[in-house]
Amino acid sequence: MNDMRLTERATDMKEIKITAEGVDVFYGDAHAIKDVSVEIEDKTVTAFIGPSGCGKSTFLRCLNRMNDTIDIARIEGDILIDGEDIYHPKVDPVQLRAKVGMVFQKPNPFPKSIYDNIAYGPRIHGLAKTKADLDDIVERALRRGALWDEVKDRLQEPGTGLSGGQQQRLCIARAVATEPEVLLMDEPCSALDPIATAQVEELIDELRQNYSVVIVTHSMQQAARVSQKTAFFHLGILVEYGETGEIFTTPKDSRTESYITGRIG
Amino acid sequence: MPVFWLVIIVLALAAAGYLLGRSRALQSAGGDSRNLHSQPNYYGSHVIMWVTVPAFGLMIVWLLAQPLLIDGRIAAQLPDTAVSEDTTLGLVMSDVRRVADGLDRAVGQGAMTEEQAGSVATELADLREQLAEVGVALGSNVSSDVLNAAQRYRDFKATGSLLMGIVVIALAIAGLILALLRTTNEFRARNVVERGVLTILMFAASIAILTTIGILLSLVFNTIEFFRLYSAWDFFFGLEWAPSFSGRGGASSLGVLPLLWGTFYISLIALLVSVPIGLFAAIYLSEYATPRVRAIAKPLLEVLAGIPTIVYGLFALLTVGPMLVSVFGQNTVGWMSGGTAVMTAGLVMGVMLIPFVSSLSDDIINAVPQAMRDGSYGLGATQSETIRQVILPAALPGIVGAILLAASRAIGETMIVVLGAGAAARLSLNPFEAMTTVTAKIVSQLTGDSDFASPEALVAFALGTTLFVLTLGLNVLALYIVRKYREQYE
Repeated sequence: MNDMRLTERATDMKEIKITAEGVDVFYGDAHAIKDVSVEIEDKTVTAFIGPSGCGKSTFLRCLNRMNDTIDIARIEGDILIDGEDIYHPKVDPVQLRAKVGMVFQKPNPFPKSIYDNIAYGPRIHGLAKTKADLDDIVERALRRGALWDEVKDRLQEPGTGLSGGQQQRLCIARAVATEPEVLLMDEPCSALDPIATAQVEELIDELRQNYSVVIVTHSMQQAARVSQKTAFFHLGILVEYGETGEIFTTPKDSRTESYITGRIG
Repeated sequence: MPVFWLVIIVLALAAAGYLLGRSRALQSAGGDSRNLHSQPNYYGSHVIMWVTVPAFGLMIVWLLAQPLLIDGRIAAQLPDTAVSEDTTLGLVMSDVRRVADGLDRAVGQGAMTEEQAGSVATELADLREQLAEVGVALGSNVSSDVLNAAQRYRDFKATGSLLMGIVVIALAIAGLILALLRTTNEFRARNVVERGVLTILMFAASIAILTTIGILLSLVFNTIEFFRLYSAWDFFFGLEWAPSFSGRGGASSLGVLPLLWGTFYISLIALLVSVPIGLFAAIYLSEYATPRVRAIAKPLLEVLAGIPTIVYGLFALLTVGPMLVSVFGQNTVGWMSGGTAVMTAGLVMGVMLIPFVSSLSDDIINAVPQAMRDGSYGLGATQSETIRQVILPAALPGIVGAILLAASRAIGETMIVVLGAGAAARLSLNPFEAMTTVTAKIVSQLTGDSDFASPEALVAFALGTTLFVLTLGLNVLALYIVRKYREQYE
């Protein structure tokens, strides 16, 4: 890790996209997230790091209400996106998830063609009026997913036939196709080999131009490579949150330091 | 020697062999089982294998072959006069067996001594009355030829079972000694025992396959016999089903098409009922139902599958038929003249198939990975959009397989059709008319009083073969589709 480069990162202030205040999450009796407050900036890559079971994925899934699909999950506290409470009764989680895209740990392309995988979201949300519109959206999404050149001649082949890295980029392109404002990524590279990981990381860095990206990762090197802000979770508590460069070079909390230097986790 | 005691003796030998084999193995290892190649139990099991398998194998073969051999010998020794003009050799032989059986019983109940049974002659005693007293009724007085034959039959049988007892026990002991001789600490008992177990498993599997082949062969031979008597062209393409009944004479029309049409029509209605209902039930159970509802509803639905089809048949005959008549019968629109109709049988069969379709589809829908659902929800799809556009397409091949399996059950179903669809073979489009199916006609052709060698009876085998080929084809297709689907996620 190049410490010099880390500290020289651009740290100019940006707009706040997501605000979480006093968030608690319970799975049945288990208290998974304890009083987490965080402000996530727009057009920034924010990394959540921490040992397994520390609640970073759980917190990520709160941001698009994916925890709603789990019966025993209960969420307290406020989460605001662009100043609007996403847990307000009048908010439809389905609409919210169109605005907050998500990419999962394991590539999960639908058993459909590459084209239909990308077109799935736009079709559901009625983003395209004509076939030509849809073709445009698919092409744009695949270009943003850095996959267009590899698949442009075989859009009708099944998405499950691609390699692991291509599948994950397909899933990212699929999430981008619905024009979200925030992209959540839950360990997007943990099922990929180093080359595919490098491609996806490069892609994440490009996506920063247009979206607020939140990424959960087990790899501290990855967090250091792709993110501008880093949050360290431990046992359901947000221990430290700040500039990636500072977290990795001059952590304020001893637990953060222990984790980063490999003494816990 | 009775077979029961023989089995007990061999089993006792086996138990003794187990202990002997174990201790001998331990002894050869100096009492420390770590010096053995295999665990001590394997040495014991190895001895059991050698004691029981050859002995019981021989016993089974002997028990199967002995009656055949004795019958052949006795029949050859019967004087020509014993078989008079109005009987056949087979009838005389069954008389011989009955008399021998009667003598056995008489001895068993103490009405005769063993010597009396061997020496009794028709001239000296009224054998028919004596046998009737012990519960064996004979149609006529016993002739001396038959009595002699019966006595010889008993002799042979007694000698035979004595011999069998000796040979089987000798074989068991030989096995015991041989196995014990092989037992040393170097001997690889585990490998031998495991290969033995494997052979038993393979034997069990091959019995199922061999039975299928046996059934198929019996069908095929009788079908060939039928086609010798009746033209295959008329059978497969005949538009009329009108068997003439025995005694009345006249040629029969045995065209299969009206029956196939009935089968197809009834199955179609059954599938039209069961597929939507079963599929919707499966979607509800797997996607919407809470775990508590699912835990109650799924077993309840599957109880339907356990109801014997004759009960469904009664339901069709007594409830659904009259109900349909009251709606579509003479008093209203006049489409339906009687309770038995394609519609009656089809509806009830559809109900029978609902749990079949729903249970299989439920399993298949559950097999669609959660990642697919998450992916779809993550893109802002609603639950119904997810089900319609992701889960059902992913599960479709499996669901098609389930439907094909249900179809092959519908085609093979008999009791509902016998009771609910009527007996008239007819080519008609009206679902409120009575029709009949291949299966129902197999029943009626074989249960009538027609001569078994006549085409009217043999046609049942041709029908059976047709049905077998049809359902086999559907099953193969269904399994192929289901398997192809399974490969996607594993």
